[in-house]
Amino acid sequence: MWELIVQVFPYAIAFTIPLLITALGGLFSERSGVVNIGLEGLMVAGMFTGVLVISRFEVLFPGTAVWIGLAAAFIISALFSLLHAFACISLNANQVISGTALNMIAGALTTYLARNITGSGNIQIVHSLVRQDIPVLSGIPILGKLLFTQTYATTWLVLLILFVSWFLLYKTAFGLRLRACGEHPHAADAAGINVYRMRYIAVMISGAYAGLGGAIILVAISGEFNGTVGGLGFLALASLIFGQWKPLGILGATLFFGFASTIANVSQVIPAMAKIPGILLKTFPYIVTLIALVLFSKSSQAPRAAGEPYDKGKR
Amino acid sequence: MKTRYSKEYVLALVAVILGLLAGAILMVITKNNPVEGYLFLFKGGLMNVERVGNTLATATPLVLTGLSVAFAFRTGLFNIGAAGQMLIGGLAATAVGLTFDWPKPVLLTVMIIASILGGGIWAIIPGWLKARFNVHEVVSTIMMNWIAYWTVYYVVPGYFKGEYLETESRKISQAASLKVNWLTNLFEGSYINLGVILALLSVVIVAFILDKTTLGYELKAVGFNRHAAQYAGIHVNRNIILSMTIAGALAGLGGATFYVGYASNIQIGILPSQGFDGIAVSLLGANSPWGVLGAATFFGLLHTGKGFMNAMTKIPPEIADTIIATIIYFSATSILIERSWDRLKRRTGGVR
Repeated sequence: MWELIVQVFPYAIAFTIPLLITALGGLFSERSGVVNIGLEGLMVAGMFTGVLVISRFEVLFPGTAVWIGLAAAFIISALFSLLHAFACISLNANQVISGTALNMIAGALTTYLARNITGSGNIQIVHSLVRQDIPVLSGIPILGKLLFTQTYATTWLVLLILFVSWFLLYKTAFGLRLRACGEHPHAADAAGINVYRMRYIAVMISGAYAGLGGAIILVAISGEFNGTVGGLGFLALASLIFGQWKPLGILGATLFFGFASTIANVSQVIPAMAKIPGILLKTFPYIVTLIALVLFSKSSQAPRAAGEPYDKGKR
Repeated sequence: MKTRYSKEYVLALVAVILGLLAGAILMVITKNNPVEGYLFLFKGGLMNVERVGNTLATATPLVLTGLSVAFAFRTGLFNIGAAGQMLIGGLAATAVGLTFDWPKPVLLTVMIIASILGGGIWAIIPGWLKARFNVHEVVSTIMMNWIAYWTVYYVVPGYFKGEYLETESRKISQAASLKVNWLTNLFEGSYINLGVILALLSVVIVAFILDKTTLGYELKAVGFNRHAAQYAGIHVNRNIILSMTIAGALAGLGGATFYVGYASNIQIGILPSQGFDGIAVSLLGANSPWGVLGAATFFGLLHTGKGFMNAMTKIPPEIADTIIATIIYFSATSILIERSWDRLKRRTGGVR
């Protein structure tokens, strides 16, 4: 059993991390009052940016190309999310429709461009991220083996971002203002906060984070781009709701999805689990999400103004 | 009502033109000739009777998923789950078609009913969750999509495994196919099938329900203002469940027209893109049944033509999806078009 846990753990973490960072992005957007269903598309945009940049630079600087790619994905996806911000914040467009359009644009446009470049629509990178043992800490019994052996640097980066995000949202004036925009935008406006600007910043953070999430899938898991992240963006959205719009809740929800999916994937090789039909294991996370939604819907912590365009005239 | 529609159709037309323009710009950026590209794209969809038939066959599931999304929209619900409902409807039709050996008319009737029931039942769940627990239908239908995806993933290889491939079902027989000789011959060997008639019938029925019946009136009232409808004595919750169920039934029927009409087997590991394109069709068609018919035909044309364009030029086929996606973005931001339209009118001295 212990052997098994040690084997499954790295895969579960690898799956959790991109989900976590993307859901955190969604957190910023929704906390400011903009529902962002376009996370999937933003991830795809990040993954595409990452693969383009890394495949160009890895010949010149094999080691650092990965990091240049991650940074580029962070920036380009933030810019791409401006499409959503402009539609939702400046034009009062329906946020769900705009997000859906974003998903469609990202999927179609990146595949179009990839096909133009390679002919097949698949782009690969040669140098993925290297797994490393953390010195000293990996020597700790039990925990060292689970958490600090053969880890990706991106995992630590994302955990750092998680902490910074929590601090930003709950311990700074900026965070208070941002949350106010998602709860009572009119009151926030009356207090002198520029609701439009706050929401623009928040949506761009969501784009940057989701883009990073997409690029992390590339450098830590898949190693190639083929136009999709397989619904992980939607799963991040579910994690956001499952985690009740709170950073720690999101961490828990994404870990849950990470482990549930990994267990479903490896269940065939585990004698104890082989008896459970695969269909149950695979649908388990989604069914649990539905149940969680039912349980939480009474006491939903959703930002009150999420999904509503802000109209200054209604103040 | 009439003026509202005509304005929405103008906006849709402008969105289409802008989308085509964006596509042209993209072709230029990637060093392709847009005039040549569009020429082959439209030729590919309209060049001869067979290709027209293929365009209609491609449009068929889009009409139904578009109607599905539009119907839910009218009640204020956003059905993002048409893909999953389509899968389950298609699975139900395939299962019946591969299991029973009845005469064609009987078999097809049962298959169609099975697909409608499959999609409808699949959509009852998010409808009920919304009505009873106020669970947001966007999230619940996305979850239902993935549950449908994995259901097909395990049920098809488990019970209807193909002759050669694990990843698809056995081919359905001629007797269980929506393709019929007289239609295929009429369109000189195209993919067109009885689904096109079912889709047209659905357009008429949905238009009738929405515009001429009490049920339609109630559904629209709930969509306009839930609280006002409640106050007026309309059973809001019942209407929400009913609306989602009908939406699911339409998407399920779309699944039948695709998997046992257009195609002749069901594949695992794919959420049908028609489910998401249905959102686009519905938006472009201003959520009206006849608008949906027009929008679906246009998208069907783009999808049929893209293969020919790709064969004749170097332009990747994904240009069609990019154009569709851009059109949706422009219809979502149509207020921008509206504003510039009003400004233009004012400047030219027209009456506002």
